Amino acid sequence: MALLSFQNVSKTYDNVTTALKDVTFSMEEGEFVSIIGPSGAGKSTLLRCINRLVDVSQGAIFFDGHNVTASKKKELREIRMKTAMIFQHYNLVDRLSVVENVLHGRLGQKSAISGAAGHYTEEEKKEAFRIIQEMGLEEQAYKRCDELSGGQKQRVGIARAIMQHPKLILCDEPIASLDPKSSKVIMDHLKAINLTKNITCLVNLHQVDVAMKYSERIIGVTAGEIVYDGPAGGLTKDIIHQIYQSNDHDLIMDVQG
Amino acid sequence: MRTVQKTMDIFQKRKLTYTLVFVAFIVIFAGASVIAEFHPIDGIVSFPAALQWIGSNLIPDEAAIERLPKILSELSETALLSVAVTVVAAALSFFFSLLGSNITKGSGILKKIVRIVAAFFRNVPDVVWAMLLMFSFGQNILTGFFALFFTTFGLLTRAFIEMIDEVSTNCVEALDATGAGFIQKVFQGIIPSSLPGITTWVLYMIETNIRSSTLIGILTATGIGYLFDLYYKRLDFASASLVVVSIVILVLVIETISNRIRKVIL
Repeated sequence: MALLSFQNVSKTYDNVTTALKDVTFSMEEGEFVSIIGPSGAGKSTLLRCINRLVDVSQGAIFFDGHNVTASKKKELREIRMKTAMIFQHYNLVDRLSVVENVLHGRLGQKSAISGAAGHYTEEEKKEAFRIIQEMGLEEQAYKRCDELSGGQKQRVGIARAIMQHPKLILCDEPIASLDPKSSKVIMDHLKAINLTKNITCLVNLHQVDVAMKYSERIIGVTAGEIVYDGPAGGLTKDIIHQIYQSNDHDLIMDVQG
Repeated sequence: MRTVQKTMDIFQKRKLTYTLVFVAFIVIFAGASVIAEFHPIDGIVSFPAALQWIGSNLIPDEAAIERLPKILSELSETALLSVAVTVVAAALSFFFSLLGSNITKGSGILKKIVRIVAAFFRNVPDVVWAMLLMFSFGQNILTGFFALFFTTFGLLTRAFIEMIDEVSTNCVEALDATGAGFIQKVFQGIIPSSLPGITTWVLYMIETNIRSSTLIGILTATGIGYLFDLYYKRLDFASASLVVVSIVILVLVIETISNRIRKVIL
């Protein structure tokens, strides 16, 4: 059975703006899938439907045996624990230290009081430091997050995600605010997590070349609809133009190639 | 050529707008002065006389200095009351503002109610609150406490709602995604992110409340305001001005302290 499946999912905001239109696809465990498409095509909405930061209007989403769209409080919490998320703007608590932000990944598993008080077990702390080390942030562990660079912040974001022990990591434009070098570091980390920890990754990207390089499978979204779903190699110039609804010479890649 | 023409138009338009606004100001001021029979020239002419009066009456004399201990003890009472009011109001309005912020999901009805309640408490001036509350508490320190409490509560609730939405929307989204519950989001996300903002507002409200409580004290016959009223009505202007000077000094001292605190926290 697929880890994640969308069945005819639609989303309209305030009954006016259509973000997703009859979206159907599924993902197997261990896949690394990129979603590409123009700004405002519904990529972020698609990711946020999976952990219910956004509620769908129609259709159903199934994840790891859960009916996401029908889940209530306790089940929803369980779904959110199993699906970590990484954001374009990192969404860290800037005034807390790196290690505290990483430990936030455990909040879903903790009781309300001990979570609120920031009371973590010895094992959790040890694990947090181990992950911080994996991310190459051991020197920053006690620094406040607002002292870090963008690339470092995103690595904290990834560490927080790993801390959750997720089955699926949702990445919403993880490298859109980063320079090319930091972008590579982040993408390499995501790929490594996918390969070594067998965590499934679903990544929204603006960079077609990055998507083609790192993922086996690409989903192209235009105006809320899936217009391409197939292997990265099958993504031809024509299809890319179809996804971005552009003509020849409208894209930077046309100029380069 | 056409675009050049267009930009010229924009600059001319802007100049015209500024000129019109300036002329409008003058016209409104002149019109209002005529209607209200306000004569700016007379006001300016009487300035030297006023300064002279201040010079001869408002300089604290020896008798006034002798009253300093009494003034300082009333002043500290008023200052401590302001601190107490502000801290209690801040704690309550923080939790109240959580209900009015975007952090609380669900229908917008609750948010609207919170905002309306806050607006009501805020928009009734504290002096009016004091006059209304005098009926129930009489000329008592509690009257002043609640009058200040209501306006502070209203103002801080509004300020906190906006601050929480501005500062912590992003990190709360991330905590939501980890499966964190409401209390966890508040203590691990919202409080750490909004602590500098809360501190700044609380310190500012303490300053404001010391000033307001003087005025309310005149009404409720308590604290430093009462003392000022007493000296003023006895025509002991020297002592009254010492009261004012000591209030100003206190506010300046508190401002300095709060700037230090802010620097340390930020």
